[in-house]
Amino acid sequence: MIGDDIDRALIVATQGGLPLVAEPYRALGESLGISAGEVSERFGRMLAQGLIRRIGAVPNHYAIGWTANGMTVWDVDDAEVDRLGGLVGSLPFVTHCYRRPRSLPAWPYNLFAMVHGSSRDECMAKARDIQALLGAACRSSDILYSTRILKKTGLRIGA
Amino acid sequence: MPELDAIDRAIIDTLQGDFPLSERPYADAAQRLGIVEADLLARLKRMLDDKVLTRFGPMFQIERMGGAFVLAALAVPEERYETVAAQVNALPQVAHNYRREHLLNMWFVLATEKPEGIAEAIAQIEADTGLPVHAFPKEKEYFVQMQLEARI
Repeated sequence: MIGDDIDRALIVATQGGLPLVAEPYRALGESLGISAGEVSERFGRMLAQGLIRRIGAVPNHYAIGWTANGMTVWDVDDAEVDRLGGLVGSLPFVTHCYRRPRSLPAWPYNLFAMVHGSSRDECMAKARDIQALLGAACRSSDILYSTRILKKTGLRIGA
Repeated sequence: MPELDAIDRAIIDTLQGDFPLSERPYADAAQRLGIVEADLLARLKRMLDDKVLTRFGPMFQIERMGGAFVLAALAVPEERYETVAAQVNALPQVAHNYRREHLLNMWFVLATEKPEGIAEAIAQIEADTGLPVHAFPKEKEYFVQMQLEARI
């Protein structure tokens, strides 16, 4: 397990965002009783460990022109899903791709891939590319478009 | 929709990662964009206020610290949609939540510091809403990189 109490305190302090001041790491260090250099070092290590995926801007994709956002879902043969999931995940336009459990009978799909566009037509064209890759291993599919962001805060752990 | 200029778009396109870990990271990032530190700070603040950006900072992968993320869904009766959305969103464990067009019409991600926090959050949502939660924990991650360039 990685992450000590200071890492955790840094997460709590920055999960809502970095301070918008000239020296954000100094400001964070002052609030936690450590130096700016230690804050930077810890962030660097957390990035290397994958505890931080990246540091930067998180856009609202609707506001930057991606108004059609579809969760494509596929019922793929269990014997083929890992090979095909890897291929679907490597398509340049797929932003997330996971295998998840089915929830039968209501939910037969085990492969999830997010696609985005300026229109639903664009999303459907991308879904057709996925369909072409999956071929006969795919028994059924659907696209669930998002119609409203109800919440988008990201992780919030307690202080 | 808020208007974006070429510099705003450049900020969105180049600053979704690789933010410097230097003493004056905004100054260094601004220099790469050909603007000054104060301009970058003002633009980030404006885009956050306008909800063009939902956040500016680290994106944590809490599973690396023993935590969990789980996608889950509810089939919410239309007449109760707003009430249920408020009940679900009230939990700090709900990191994001989207309305989607399907019988399962509310899809949210639970993020908790401990794996057992997921079951607690699901139990809480079921108690608050009276609706069964369908949980779709990931079994395998094939790819994740949500970095879309500005298209407007």
